[in-house]
Amino acid sequence: MITTDVLIIGAGPTGLFAVQQLGLIGLKAEVVDNLDKVGGQCSELYPDKPIYDIPAIPECTGETLTKKLVKQIEPFNTNFHLGERVEQLAKKETKWIITTNKKKVFIASSIIIAGGVGSFESRKFPLKEAEKFENNGVFYSIKDKKYFDKKKICIFGGGDSALDWSIELSKNSKIVLVHRRLEFRGTPRNIEIIKKLEKNGKIQIETPYQINSIEGDDKIKAITIKDDEGKIKKIDTDYILGFFGLIMKLGPIAEWGLNLDKKHIPVNTESFQTNKEGIFAIGDICTYPGKLKLILSGFHEGALAARECFKLARPNEKYKFEYTTTSKNIHERLGKKYI
Amino acid sequence: MAKITYIEHTNKEHTVEVPNNMSVMEGAVQNNIPGIDADCGGSVACATCHVYVDKKWFNKLKKKDESEEDMLDMAYQPNKFSRLSCQLIVSDELDGLILKMPPKQG
Repeated sequence: MITTDVLIIGAGPTGLFAVQQLGLIGLKAEVVDNLDKVGGQCSELYPDKPIYDIPAIPECTGETLTKKLVKQIEPFNTNFHLGERVEQLAKKETKWIITTNKKKVFIASSIIIAGGVGSFESRKFPLKEAEKFENNGVFYSIKDKKYFDKKKICIFGGGDSALDWSIELSKNSKIVLVHRRLEFRGTPRNIEIIKKLEKNGKIQIETPYQINSIEGDDKIKAITIKDDEGKIKKIDTDYILGFFGLIMKLGPIAEWGLNLDKKHIPVNTESFQTNKEGIFAIGDICTYPGKLKLILSGFHEGALAARECFKLARPNEKYKFEYTTTSKNIHERLGKKYI
Repeated sequence: MAKITYIEHTNKEHTVEVPNNMSVMEGAVQNNIPGIDADCGGSVACATCHVYVDKKWFNKLKKKDESEEDMLDMAYQPNKFSRLSCQLIVSDELDGLILKMPPKQG
């Protein structure tokens, strides 16, 4: 069980800066994110694309921005719980108790949801049967490649995840690589290797096809694939793997009893508190009249939410507004010499 | 300005006027038309504004570039009439455009 002042959900730029704003006023935060790295959309969706509207930074990439934010919160020695998703929420007296999918339990006086448009999850096959066979024949990631040894495997997708795993698993198994169009979008090197493996009979390529059905009772026996003209092919297979990238889903937060407006959480603009006391929403996930989905707005929202978190974490203390330029307390928290 | 008809997968139709230079995605979002999520806000990074363009219209549109085609690999049940609506920019020529939304965006 981990006790903290604030649990931040989401390690994107907004969540990272909220750590800093909380740290400056003396509050401790723990951060949970479903991705296995910090940065949120900045790292996952556009690491190399330039951003031009961060104040005082004329141009930087998502990756650089993330690195700078991580550097900025170094003095606070924050714990990150990556590759973990918050699931259950309960209230005990004035504290919130949050449990993750890995059964880690946090106790906090406030929760700041800085979850972007939700947590990143694998995109799945658009078939009902795929749900039934998930983790029993249908997979979207590989934890132990030995599990796939000497099997018949169909891999779907056109990017490097699909190509990498086709190449790797073709060493010990029969691979059929299925993609919705003729071109693959992987690196030229991967595409070259795949073509070579096809020539040597190690990989069978089926394009332009998409999944049409899955056959089998307790185990997958075969699948059918279909092209745009409706032509159908049957393939005997043990396992199917889908690599269609990630999509953002609100996930279990949607069940927490928060007011929702489509996929967004309405907040008040004084403190960015939701309809539940002690639960805040900042960044792309929150909504209010005039909301702009900009990183800079997320920074502002975090700064205000942090002040309200202080009242809940230290009900017997009075919050005192201080500037980083002149506050001895803040300098101490930052590990700087007070001049 | 173009009149655009967005058809939900249930066949419910929404016809709205969308100003020039706005994207077809923005036209849907600003008019609260369900079925287009546009998670990334139009930066060709999420494939959640996927639409099927009416086949009479498909060839009249500006061709897809590579980034859009790559992103469509991630879309929910794409077909040969699939486009990302954030990449379709409204002009007078698009007056009467008809699109259908997939049952889900992912």
